[in-house]
Amino acid sequence: MSTTVETATAIRPFRVEFSEEQIDDLRRRIDATRWPSKELVADRSQGIQLAAAQAIAHYWLNDYDFGRVEARLNELPQFRTEIDGVDVHFIHVRSANENALPLIITHGWPGSVIEMLDVIELLADPTAHGGKAGDAFDLVIPSLPGYGLSSKPTEIGWIPPIRVAKAWAELMHRLGYDHYVAQGGDVGAAVTHGMALQAPDGLIGIHTNLFFPALAGATMPEETEEEKAARAAIDVFKAGGFGYFLEQATRPQTIGYALLDSPIALATWLADHDTDAYYKIASAFVDDKPSGNLTRDHILDNITLYWLTGTGESAARSYWEGGPNYPQDTAAPAPPPPVSLPVGFTTFPGEIWRTPRSWVETAYPNVIYFNEVDQGGHFAAWEEPELFSQEIRAAFSSLREGRS
Amino acid sequence: MSTTVDTGTEIAAFTVEISQDEIDDLRRRIEAMRWPTAELVEDASQGVQLAFLRELARYWAEDYDFARLEDRLNALPQYMTQIDGVGIHFIHVKSEHADALPLIITHGWPGSVVEMLDVIEPLTDPTAHGGAAEDAFHVVIPSIPGYGFSSQPSEIGWNSARIGQAWAELMKRLGYTRYVAQGGDQGAGVTDAMGRQAPEGLLGLHFNFLDAIPKELLTAPLTPRIVFSHDEREQLGKVVGIFMRGYISEMGEHPQTIGYPLLDSPIALAAWMLDHDPDSYEKISKAFLEGEQTGNLSRDNVLDNVTLYWITGSGASTSRLYWETNKAAGASFKDPPPHVKLPVGYTVFPDELFQPPRHWVKHAYHHLAYFNEAPKGGHFAAWEEPELFSEELRAAFKSLR
Repeated sequence: MSTTVETATAIRPFRVEFSEEQIDDLRRRIDATRWPSKELVADRSQGIQLAAAQAIAHYWLNDYDFGRVEARLNELPQFRTEIDGVDVHFIHVRSANENALPLIITHGWPGSVIEMLDVIELLADPTAHGGKAGDAFDLVIPSLPGYGLSSKPTEIGWIPPIRVAKAWAELMHRLGYDHYVAQGGDVGAAVTHGMALQAPDGLIGIHTNLFFPALAGATMPEETEEEKAARAAIDVFKAGGFGYFLEQATRPQTIGYALLDSPIALATWLADHDTDAYYKIASAFVDDKPSGNLTRDHILDNITLYWLTGTGESAARSYWEGGPNYPQDTAAPAPPPPVSLPVGFTTFPGEIWRTPRSWVETAYPNVIYFNEVDQGGHFAAWEEPELFSQEIRAAFSSLREGRS
Repeated sequence: MSTTVDTGTEIAAFTVEISQDEIDDLRRRIEAMRWPTAELVEDASQGVQLAFLRELARYWAEDYDFARLEDRLNALPQYMTQIDGVGIHFIHVKSEHADALPLIITHGWPGSVVEMLDVIEPLTDPTAHGGAAEDAFHVVIPSIPGYGFSSQPSEIGWNSARIGQAWAELMKRLGYTRYVAQGGDQGAGVTDAMGRQAPEGLLGLHFNFLDAIPKELLTAPLTPRIVFSHDEREQLGKVVGIFMRGYISEMGEHPQTIGYPLLDSPIALAAWMLDHDPDSYEKISKAFLEGEQTGNLSRDNVLDNVTLYWITGSGASTSRLYWETNKAAGASFKDPPPHVKLPVGYTVFPDELFQPPRHWVKHAYHHLAYFNEAPKGGHFAAWEEPELFSEELRAAFKSLR
């Protein structure tokens, strides 16, 4: 029995291997895409435009290097460890600086660890990237259960802000970190918020770049222009382009068939997240004008990872967990006490809505950092790795003081 | 120029031709399906269940006769005519009975003319199907623009109102000066629009879905004439639930995005179409998994419809109708269309998405000439229960003859 226990909690080095057959099959399917007729409008108001979808397909098939995902990931120290029945994949990069602050960063949907690859050096080795030695972080970047190279949950209950949050605390514990911080956007913000609510031993603060409480139904003030604008932006999002959210929250299996069987269905579904990101992605492919680090190759690295791991349905299920069809009697109990841990927040201007400081302070009594930056959108770490890293350094700097 | 006009209103005979290449490609794609893992629940609460869909795929690739669709459609008189820039495909079957009442039936989504094939005989030839000679109809069954063999609109604006106008033009071209109209689902929206437009010759309407009421119900607190009992609140909950469905939201907002899977993956198409409502899902799932067919909703009939969507590549264009409906709903909220003054018949089918009480229907259609609750049948009433559906139409339109 002791063997089993040791095996279960063991942290095993991990390397990605995709077969040539998988890649050949992917290419064949892209090439065989049967296209719909063109949308009848000149903008995103009917969804992903045909010209953008065809530009993605063309580049993917003709110019993209299918070995990239494997090569980029295998350059980094990757591991897997079983937590609560799921084999969790994560990247773990220790800074050369021994006073580095351990940081766990959680990606969201339609993202993956790919979003975070270009912040690793900046955060782990700040002196080489415009920072001070005292800004260094040890980095843990896990794949959410059902995403990328983590295994797929085989039972319901993996509600991101509850069970995933708990698993991350266990992961940090296993790695021997007794003093760490957590960061996330999108679903990662939900997980990070959940970790702060649970306040596990060792977690000393969080930073998010998506304001989860507003999506979770918390009432926010709507007095100032900024507050009204944020509310209006959320309403716009819910009225035009919310279908993916509702479908994944209620019917992840149904959309799963599309996401597993058709690479172009997968690519377009993933690219249809929010208006700002869509136009940036479309401009990268159609006009070869990437926004920041959101290049064609980087975007396709993420889509290719979803395809090769076949995780369209399992990633979509993370929206179902705790949603309208989730069994009522096992849902979350009474609301937990508010987050008392220190919280940092950065508003990126292209995010679905610009969270005002007043909202952050309404949800979190202990706000240690708030900033609104001048560029970047929903995929802040991916699009603007430098700026994102500066924000993380600034947000957590006060938590380093007094550390022995 | 006169040539253009002549050609424009011409009614040409139409025959479906599906090439072997198209069928081979479809079969190849079904067999090459890359499957997700099974859902994590015991029911359909995460969507279309894997075991059901795998059996559907197996039957489709191995047992289904791909010639069926072509044969069934080509057994009927089909035509094509250009109206308002769109090629309209329709089935037109004249009754042998000279006094037959002309009737235009409009299908919905995820349906097509395939839903209506088995009501044609009972309606046109009632004496052979338990009716009287004076129950006979001449039947016109068009494909909505963007659906089936009608062409795909190349501009926005093809909402229910515009389709309704096109249908009036179609009936006029066919020489019908006195006729009635029927519809469920999106077809109810089109039929409702025709009622509001009241074109010359339209005598009355019949519905098996209440398209007109939901928007009024959603503002029910402002509509004191609609009083809510316990049962009505339950029905209202069902109405609201319709708008909480992912497929309605996605098709209404981003029809192009969902168009990519619907064109590229036959199994994604089948899953998306079969995830319409819990009752029809249950019935169709039983037909495939247990060989237990409900009414006329057989495996073959269901696959005829999915195959039609696939062959015509109309996943995106059919979805665009929801986008148009969203736009139109916003506009009609601000500027409501005129009331329907024509006589209306309504049949409540017990397994439909919701069962409106009589006074909801009466609130929408003041001249309610016929109202009945049928003993069985669901959202696809004509498809599932063709005999019963036909009896309802006979009864509903009797007083208008």
